[in-house]
Amino acid sequence: MIKCVGLSKRFGYVQALDEVSLHIAKGDVFGLVGPDGAGKTTFIRTVCGLITPDKGTIWLAGAPPDRPGKTSQNLGYMPQRFSLYGDLTVMENVIFFGSMYGLSKKTIIARAEEILAITGMLDFKKRLADQLSGGMKQKLALTTALITRPEILILDEPTYGVDPESRHEFWKILYSLNQTGITILVSTPYMDEAELCSRVAFINAGQIKAVDSPAGLRQAFGHKLLELRIDSRDPHILNGVPGLLDVSFYGYKYLVVVDDIPTARSDIAFHLARLGISTLHISEAAPTMEDVFVALAEGGTD
Amino acid sequence: MNMNRIAAVLKKEFLQMRRDRMTLALIFMIPLVQLILFGYAIQTEVKHIPTVVFDQSLSSSSRDMLASFSTSGYFDVTNSVNSFQAITEEIDSGKAQVGIVFPPDYNHNLEKGITAPVQVIVDASDNMVANQAIAIANSIGLIKSQQVLTQKMQLSGQPPYDIRVRPWYNPDGITAYYMVPAILGIVVTMTMVIITAVAIVRERERGTLEQLIVTPIKPLELMIGKILPYVVLGYLQITVALLVGVLLFKVPIRGSLLQLYLLTLFFITASLGLGLMISNLAKNQMQAFQMSFFVMLPSILLSGFMFPRLAMPKFIYYLSYTLPLTYYLDIIRGIVLKGIGYQYLMGQVTALLVFSIVMLTISTLKFQKKIA
Repeated sequence: MIKCVGLSKRFGYVQALDEVSLHIAKGDVFGLVGPDGAGKTTFIRTVCGLITPDKGTIWLAGAPPDRPGKTSQNLGYMPQRFSLYGDLTVMENVIFFGSMYGLSKKTIIARAEEILAITGMLDFKKRLADQLSGGMKQKLALTTALITRPEILILDEPTYGVDPESRHEFWKILYSLNQTGITILVSTPYMDEAELCSRVAFINAGQIKAVDSPAGLRQAFGHKLLELRIDSRDPHILNGVPGLLDVSFYGYKYLVVVDDIPTARSDIAFHLARLGISTLHISEAAPTMEDVFVALAEGGTD
Repeated sequence: MNMNRIAAVLKKEFLQMRRDRMTLALIFMIPLVQLILFGYAIQTEVKHIPTVVFDQSLSSSSRDMLASFSTSGYFDVTNSVNSFQAITEEIDSGKAQVGIVFPPDYNHNLEKGITAPVQVIVDASDNMVANQAIAIANSIGLIKSQQVLTQKMQLSGQPPYDIRVRPWYNPDGITAYYMVPAILGIVVTMTMVIITAVAIVRERERGTLEQLIVTPIKPLELMIGKILPYVVLGYLQITVALLVGVLLFKVPIRGSLLQLYLLTLFFITASLGLGLMISNLAKNQMQAFQMSFFVMLPSILLSGFMFPRLAMPKFIYYLSYTLPLTYYLDIIRGIVLKGIGYQYLMGQVTALLVFSIVMLTISTLKFQKKIA
């Protein structure tokens, strides 16, 4: 559905995109994950035709590579910031943007009510957009992005600053949209959301570091993970133990990245016994997306 | 060009306008308040200038001369003092702006037929007042001299010259007559430039432009949709201002009202073009405001609204030709006061048209459907 080859964009001294090549297949829920300033928004804006890349080509379903604007009917875009009119009501916003695509008012209202029903916003259609909660604003933006019944939906950090419950609900809606055949490209700084995607691309400093399914990425992680609970709250307690690649302290537990589990286990046991601290729990853990992400971000400089 | 899209933008603009009650109120209150304020307040003719007298002659002739000053209506003798120092104090302190000094030998000289000097001291820190005082003092001197000469020489018959001045279009010199049309021009530029500039910058600032750009709307369609409502507003403002001018200040509208409205369109488009230009340059609403004021001040000071353009140095004089208001003042004063028609105003109309086309073309071209 979307294919980019060698996309590069420079803003002054910042190389926002550096030879980005991605392929997003039909039916994907494609997650673009990376820290702030990694180039997520630049990539999405470039795909939407808002930014002209310095180099590279974009191919969008049903359009020639040099004229992505032609497909705007086929593409629903939800920018990072709430970008609808706060002094218009929910319905007025939807009607306005719908008519930009040449849809008749009747069609717009029919479609809007359908989408608003799915998102549970039907009761608020006469409310001014400024008076909606953060989660509802996102749903309104989604409704607007969907009004042309696009095949591709592109969302830039849609759940940024939204409460966990609304985030959960929003993702449920995204899934049901995906079920109806819509291809989704979504950027997010949240690792738990990356787990929800069918494919994930890690972007850092304008470069794609890895692309795979969440399971595939975990597998490619390469290291092992130990979860440790001990009778101590000192984050530096494990300093000096040989063979530990990384130690993260989470208040009640330690996550230790190692290469060899049995050696590490005995080394840690020896270290703690010498300090006289008892071990409450130690076991191997499956790496989360966050671990993968941290490893990729740290390895990004070599 | 897609009419439905333009109509949708128009409808959206009117909806937003209607909900922004404060701005809407301001749009009507500004011309009202400004007209009433300036129409009454700004009087270029300065009367009743506080005057202090140091009469060392204390004669009937000095009193006679003083009477000529005070009966002119321009000088109010507020105090009489007995030393030069007292006069200096009065003028320094601002209690008086003019000092008249009669020397001790004033009467003596007059009787002997020698020129009798009268000293008139003027506080020229206020230019307007000073110029007026100087001109009136000089003409009082001339008139009095003439009277004395006529008496002395026992002349009869006709004076050698007789200059008859006829101030056309505003024979009574009523300030409001020429101020009201000019204020109208100022008010319209102010709202048109500022509101258009801010209206578009706001879309950029709020991010709505980003959502708008991904839609198929063309820059020209967006421009037209955003501009048209403000043209309507501009006309409403002018109507309010004209009503106040006619009802409150009795400004006569001597020319054709229809022509006034038609030619005003060129001025409104020129001002909107300027506003659009600013909106293209400004990154946020604050900048848009500042740039608008940067344009407004020269318009007020150099267009001939406040000061006569003929008195300006050549460079500034030609610079003022780049201001739409300069041309509009010719148009509105021409139609309202002189009662002339478009045949005398084609030059001004052409200038405004060229200005509008240049501004709108640059703005539409510059307004790319891109963020970066």
